[in-house]
Order: sequence, then structure tokens, then C-alpha cells
Amino acid sequence: MNTSAKMILVLTLITMLSGGLLSSWDGFTAPKIEQYRLEQLRLAIGDVLPTHDDYDKVQADGMTFYVGKDSNSTVGVAFQAVGNGFQGEIRMMVGMTPDFTEITGLSVLEQIETPGLGTKIVEDPTNKSDPHWFTNQFEGVQPEPKIVALKNQKPSDDNEIQAITGATISSKAVVDILNTTIDNAKKIYNSNKEQVS
Amino acid sequence: MAKKTPLSREFVKGLWDENPVLISLLGLCPTLAVTNSAINGIAMGLATTFVVVSSSVIIASLRKLIPHQVRIASYIVVIATFVTVADRFLAAFTPEISKALGPYVPLIVVNCLILGRQEAFSSKNNPGRSFLDALGMGTGFLLVLFVLGGIREILGSGTFLNLTVLGDWFAPWMVMILPPGAFLTLGLLIALSNWINERRVNA
Repeated sequence: MNTSAKMILVLTLITMLSGGLLSSWDGFTAPKIEQYRLEQLRLAIGDVLPTHDDYDKVQADGMTFYVGKDSNSTVGVAFQAVGNGFQGEIRMMVGMTPDFTEITGLSVLEQIETPGLGTKIVEDPTNKSDPHWFTNQFEGVQPEPKIVALKNQKPSDDNEIQAITGATISSKAVVDILNTTIDNAKKIYNSNKEQVS
Repeated sequence: MAKKTPLSREFVKGLWDENPVLISLLGLCPTLAVTNSAINGIAMGLATTFVVVSSSVIIASLRKLIPHQVRIASYIVVIATFVTVADRFLAAFTPEISKALGPYVPLIVVNCLILGRQEAFSSKNNPGRSFLDALGMGTGFLLVLFVLGGIREILGSGTFLNLTVLGDWFAPWMVMILPPGAFLTLGLLIALSNWINERRVNA
């Protein structure tokens, strides 16, 4: 057998075996990965919405809303907010009152900010009593006209939050993503209200 | 000549004398990037060990079959297959660690420690020897990553394997868990290993 034929044969054989192994391995792991993703999403929705019995998933104009309900009324709306942080994408789950006047909760799903500085948007190990102070302070914030991040200063108004020392860009990124997404989500939600509620 | 080396030697050489990180300075990208905690170091070390051992055994078994001209392409396909297996495994069973390691698991494909072992060893030796050689190299890599991650975690966060070891009096040295901390610690570790080796030669 000449060399060219042997080269083609061996490479074909190796890649076929590789493909076969990977596709069966994917069949084994993919359901578990998907299950984890859904579980994380469900936990985040539970985190950001006020007490609710159940939620409906509603899709409109490219956005997905998770509408939290108790026995007789809508208690809140959760949706994802995605945008650029300091190094890469920040993906968050935001909960709001149904009239979009007040944030009920915020949870960071994915981020790749600087370890030890920007990662404080998720958890701040230096604040032992309240490691989630950054996201917690968004509870009750009113995004009208827009949310503002303050540096080295305690917030006094309903639309203000405190930025993380040493991670101003990450803090501002979170606020910017929220301002844009909330504005957009409010419009979409209101124009699709019949379908949603 | 390689046939005369005792089997135990094939394993042990990777731990110190030919340690991939301290002596050969291979695989430095993951070494520097993921060692901001001991647990990340262990996870990356285990994943790399799995890939280098599996690839070495397969490639040593196929070494007479693979034509010389396409050997690198074949090695990369085999390595990439095992990297994907490891990556999906971590994502499915240890999602938190998979998140922490981020893109560095898929990047094991281009870790020259692995391709280096195939080219330098598995392509010339039988599967048994290649297995021991790869296991030694992987373990050597794992040990260095664990020590590096441990030192950086203790000094940078005051914890070890997520347990608090230094009390409230300790102000964490933020720089240790940032990239400069990786270079500083690795530089000192390499200096230390060279110093020990020099003393051993002179003694």
C-alpha cells in the first residue's frame, strides 16, 4: 500500500473512532449538564422574585419573562440581563415588581470578572457578615430615571447603589446592563401584556 | 537504550528530575492561569493527567500504524478527543469547578506537555512504559499545581481548600490571586528546585 493511501486510511480511522466515542459520551453527559443549567435558572428565579407559588415562562420579542404568581395575582417578573463587563459577558437574573417600578432581587448567573476584585459582584469574601452585599443592595432600588453607582459614598436615594471599591468598572457595567435591559424589558412586557397576564 | 531503564524509573522521573513544570517549563499557561486556589490546581492536574495517560496509551498502541507524515495530526485528534471527554465530564459532574476553570479545560489540547510526551516518548515505547511515563508526568504536573495553588490561596485569600486557616488578623495579599502572584510564586518555586538540585550535585 502506498503512503498516501495509508495516511488517509489511518487518519480516517482515528477520526471516526474519536467521533463515535464523543457522540456516545455526549449522550451520557448532555442531559446532566442541561439539568444543572435548568436547576441554576430555577434557583435564580426563586432568589429574585418575591414569594410566589409558581411561575409561567412567557416569550415575547426575543425576551423570556418568568412571571411569578401566587393564588390570585402576579407578584413579579423575572428576566435575564446580559451585557459586557470588564473582561467578558455578565449574565444576570433580575426580578421586578409587575409594574417595573422596583427591583425585587438580582442574581449573577455567569461572569468572568477579575478574581478578588470584580468577582465581588457575586460574592465578597472580605465582608463576612454579608458576602452578597453588592447584589442584595439592589433589592428595593427604583430604576427611574436610571440606576446610579456611587463611589465611596453611601447611597441616599432610591435609585442609588454603592460601587465596589477597586472594581468600579464591574460595578458600573452591572448598572449599565440593568438600565438598558430594564428599559427594554419594560417596553416589551407592556406591549405584550394581554399575552403575558 | 530506553528499554534498559527500569520501569519504576519511568514513573519517578516525572515527579522531580524531569518535572514538566519545574524542569522542562512545559504547560505554563494552565499552571499560571488556574492556580488561584488549591482545588483548582488539583482539578486541572487531574484533568491533564487523565488526558496525558489516555493519549499516551492509545498512541503507543498505534505507534507502528501511524505514518510518520501525519503523526502530529493523529496525536492532536487523539488528545482533543480525551480533552473533550474530560471537559464534558467536569461540566456534568462538578459544574462549579468547571465554571472556575473556564476555558482552560478545552485549552489542555494545546498543552505542550502532552504533545511533548507523545513525540518524545509514546511514539517510541510500548503502551506499558508509556502509561508509567505519562502517569509520572501527570502526577508531577498535579503536584506543582497543587503546591502553587495552595501557596497562592493561603496568602491571597487566607484559606486552604476553602477552609479558613488564617484568622481575621490577616489581610489577604490580593496580588497573590491575581496574575502577578502566579509569576512570583512560580519563579520562587523554580528557584527553590534549582537550589535543591545544585546542592544535591555538589554534595
